[in-house]
Amino acid sequence: MEPILQTKHLQKSYDGSHQILKDINFSIKQGEVVVIVGPSGCGKSTFLKCLNMLEPMDRGEIYLDGKSIEREGKNISLYRQKVGMVFQSYELFPHLNVMDNLLLAPRKVQKRKKEEIQKEAETLLLRVGLWEKRKAYPRELSGGQKQRVAIVRALLMHPEVLLLDEITAALDPEMVREVLQVVQELAKEGMTMVIVTHEMKFAKAVADRVLFMDGGIIVEEENPQEFFVYPKTDRAKQFLNTFHYAALEI
Amino acid sequence: MDIHFIKENIPLYVEAAGLTVRIALIGILCAFLVGLFCSMIRYLKVPILKGMVQGYIELSRNTPLLIQLYFLYFGLPKIGILFSSEQCAIIGLAFQGGSYMAEAFRSGLESVSKVQKDTGLSLGMTEKQVLQYVVLPQAISTSVPVFCANVIFLIKETSVFSAVALADLMFVTKDLIGIYYKTDEALWMLVIAYLLLLLPISILSSVLERKVRYAGFGNTSTVSGK
Repeated sequence: MEPILQTKHLQKSYDGSHQILKDINFSIKQGEVVVIVGPSGCGKSTFLKCLNMLEPMDRGEIYLDGKSIEREGKNISLYRQKVGMVFQSYELFPHLNVMDNLLLAPRKVQKRKKEEIQKEAETLLLRVGLWEKRKAYPRELSGGQKQRVAIVRALLMHPEVLLLDEITAALDPEMVREVLQVVQELAKEGMTMVIVTHEMKFAKAVADRVLFMDGGIIVEEENPQEFFVYPKTDRAKQFLNTFHYAALEI
Repeated sequence: MDIHFIKENIPLYVEAAGLTVRIALIGILCAFLVGLFCSMIRYLKVPILKGMVQGYIELSRNTPLLIQLYFLYFGLPKIGILFSSEQCAIIGLAFQGGSYMAEAFRSGLESVSKVQKDTGLSLGMTEKQVLQYVVLPQAISTSVPVFCANVIFLIKETSVFSAVALADLMFVTKDLIGIYYKTDEALWMLVIAYLLLLLPISILSSVLERKVRYAGFGNTSTVSGK
């Protein structure tokens, strides 16, 4: 099967000197879930932002459905509609209630009919258990609820690929579970996703493939069973050990 | 205190207050538009214009309204540009207020985080749509308290309009003092007239600020679901 989203020789540096991504070659197939793990500052989040074209790349190409994506122009908007993103800090628009948050982009960007989107939004809100919050403002929601709304907002654009950037990092453990359940359900339904996370149990459960990044490169790429039980590189072993110790300390 | 004198001259004050309100309304509306325009130029970093806007803001904020009015009313006719008293007052208020409004909008625009803009873009919005639907509504609502303070400040500034022969509240007061020497009565009426003009606006501002805060603009605090 041809990859749906692909990067070739992606490079990114800040201030022209500090290279944060060094020649990343990445691909994901339709319906696949790729989880990216790695220490803080290894370039995971920057990679997702580059994939969404929120950060300009220094070099490299991005391909969607086999077609190279231009870095400028109105095609970027079309590309971003197909490659949605959910952020760590939810980023619901605070001046709009939940339903208006959900309707804004489909109406203004995709010019779809309000009634049609509203119906779909209500169905999705029901699924994530937030239908009764449709008229609430973001400040009236808990972190977990905000994040579930943010996921629904991205889904309403009907993306081909969903990028999730540490979506549980700012949540309490209880809320982490409710958000991860939603993501797991999406994975079961065949949603193509690239997930950056520090939740190793979740990564193991949801991933079809795990990428371990460090120092701006993909150090290891394996299926989750192999990666979490028999990591090949010392760096990956060292990284996973910190989680085992952390788990023991708890 | 000559109550009879006060009663007799109330219509004069009402008429002058009407003029003050009219000039203030038009001037503040123009100041709002000037401020919005200037803040957009600075936000979008438009070359050349950005520098001109900065120059205007510095000039406007660092010179008193009275001097600006003198320049408009007495200075410009020397080069053949004539404005009436009313026009001078409106232009002066827009010139002075525009820079204050621009600063209010600037603080509002800066309060919208980059991730909010990124979120809009990640949903496929164009830069213009992000500005229109995400940034501006939040920026304007964040600016409401400063904006309200500016409105009150600008209405108070209208007390210098008499300097360009505009028959406003101050002008009427000075006139009555000059003609009848009823200083106490005239000044009390002036104070009360300004209070009657400004108090409702102050109360309205507080209500507006509370309403905006209630709607959650720019408020990121977390409250458990109802």
